[in-house]
Amino acid sequence: MLYREAGDYKTSYPADSQTFPIAFDRYRYWVVLAVAFLVIPFFVNDYIVNALLLPFLIYSIAAIGLNILTGYAGQVSLGTGGFMAVGAYACYKLMTAFPDVNILIHVVLAGGVTAAVGTAFGLPSLRIKGFYLAVATLAAQFFLVWLFNKVAWFYNYSASGQISAPERTVLGIAVTGPNTPAWASYLVCLVFVTICALIARNLTRGAMGRQWMAIRDMDIAAEIIGVNPLKAKLTAFAVSSFFVGVSGALFFAVYLGAVEVGEAFGINKSFLVLFMIIIGGLGSIFGAFAGAAFLVTLPVFLKLIGVDLLGWPTDLVAHLQLVVVGLLIMFFLVKEPHGLAHLWRLAKEKLRLWPFPH
Amino acid sequence: MNDRQTGYVTEDGRQIGDVMLDLRDITLRFGGVEAIKNISFDIREGEIRAIIGPNGAGKSSMLNVISGFYVPQDGSVWFHGKKRAPLKPYQVARQGIARTFQNIALFEGMTVLDNIMTGRLNYTKSGMIAQAIWKGKAEREETENREKVERVIDFLEIQAIRKTPVGRLPYGLKKRVELARALAAEPKLLLLDEPMAGMNVEEKEDMSRFILDVNDEFGTTIALIEHDMGVVMDLSDRVVVMDYGKKIGDGTPDEVRNNQAVIDAYLGVAHDE
Repeated sequence: MLYREAGDYKTSYPADSQTFPIAFDRYRYWVVLAVAFLVIPFFVNDYIVNALLLPFLIYSIAAIGLNILTGYAGQVSLGTGGFMAVGAYACYKLMTAFPDVNILIHVVLAGGVTAAVGTAFGLPSLRIKGFYLAVATLAAQFFLVWLFNKVAWFYNYSASGQISAPERTVLGIAVTGPNTPAWASYLVCLVFVTICALIARNLTRGAMGRQWMAIRDMDIAAEIIGVNPLKAKLTAFAVSSFFVGVSGALFFAVYLGAVEVGEAFGINKSFLVLFMIIIGGLGSIFGAFAGAAFLVTLPVFLKLIGVDLLGWPTDLVAHLQLVVVGLLIMFFLVKEPHGLAHLWRLAKEKLRLWPFPH
Repeated sequence: MNDRQTGYVTEDGRQIGDVMLDLRDITLRFGGVEAIKNISFDIREGEIRAIIGPNGAGKSSMLNVISGFYVPQDGSVWFHGKKRAPLKPYQVARQGIARTFQNIALFEGMTVLDNIMTGRLNYTKSGMIAQAIWKGKAEREETENREKVERVIDFLEIQAIRKTPVGRLPYGLKKRVELARALAAEPKLLLLDEPMAGMNVEEKEDMSRFILDVNDEFGTTIALIEHDMGVVMDLSDRVVVMDYGKKIGDGTPDEVRNNQAVIDAYLGVAHDE
């Protein structure tokens, strides 16, 4: 009953093209933000932050990035893990080379470096499409992981071949390293998620997004109305890689603290983020969040049911998780190719008419 | 009447201006096949110019040459009195040439409004950073573009389907949305590739009215390919007739109608024993 656009008259074009045209959605958005920033930090503990909140927030950024490239611009990429590694290693090199600069700036710069690398690997997209492009980005994935393993300069010649984040502070509070309070790492990631989501939403609802979607839906027609395919595809790669790089930097510096590239940023990571946007919904910012939340909570949820409740062995539950994810991917590809975001849209359509559907 | 230097006045009293697009000795080959053989014709400012001919005559190839998809092996395209270097389609679009396609080429995943808004992409000057922040110039541009687009939506009477995804629309409306997208670009020259293919009489009448109105209100020059002779003869000021890649006739509808070569091409020639 509250969920109506009736009576909420738009008198200007900016009001009509805003992100949440329905008033109830706008209030909900502010409430969610307020709870996330002002309430949750006071109630979190290490377990919740590390098992749920941090991976959710960080994968959300990566999923938004991949969704811009694959969901909006239609360019399939299997190189997400590799680009996250670029972000992580760029952040590490910057942190160790310029210890006095604020870590937040390093994370943004790491995103910038990844954008440049991503654009370079996006160049083949001008010639090849679909499966063939996916394979080209797969090459990027393997090449980048190999590079970070092979060239010792990237991990500052450490004996283990790992990179580990030194302690850095923001406003006097540690946000990286072992002494970081849970709420601080949560807040840092939350700030980045909020800004990234805003940027992504603004880009996708405006001229830039239309350019990407035009290339996705019909590249010939896009060209004939004046879209430069070179520019459209490369900007998609750049923006997408920027987000993925930021998420990689946060994944390394704030979440894990120490990473070994093959383990943390292998091909599995590329597929995980791809599954997130398939389950969540291609071409939707909300879908990126939904997919990330779903695939982050699923293992925790299964463990809760399987191990703690039913007393099954841990390895069985771990394998079961792979089966469940596989089945879900198939289910979504067949039944709901637009993912959770589409289910959400349908629910909202229903809600607008409730309780008088006729 | 058809001298190359000055314009002319049509039967219904419209002043036709200078030559806008001049195609000189265009030859287009695909391997060994000559799709277009040494064709020259011009399109004048403000006129409605039809290209007709039997299937496979090379009409669509001609439009593709104009819009930059094909680069002819021989001949040159002159636009506004200047010889045009080989351009990419998006560069042609920036010169003020818009078009529609024979089989609809809309962006199926986007709403009608977003589809038409893509027609304004050439007028978007704000950078990526400005668009990411959605303030200042980017927001102003978006609103300006939306105003222009709403005018086109009003003009083509598609207000009610503004927010409908294009994939859900019936054929006739899709054709209209495609025209709207081309019009949103405010083209100087509008190329229509069979705008009435597959339509019933009513839809054809609607579309004819829109084409005449576009020409009349916006002063847009229009070149169209069409098979419906009644429509072509009623709408167009001058007609080019093509057959097997060659030009076999050029002139007013009346001249073309009485041209023996054209009659032969359409009705066939009796073979001598």
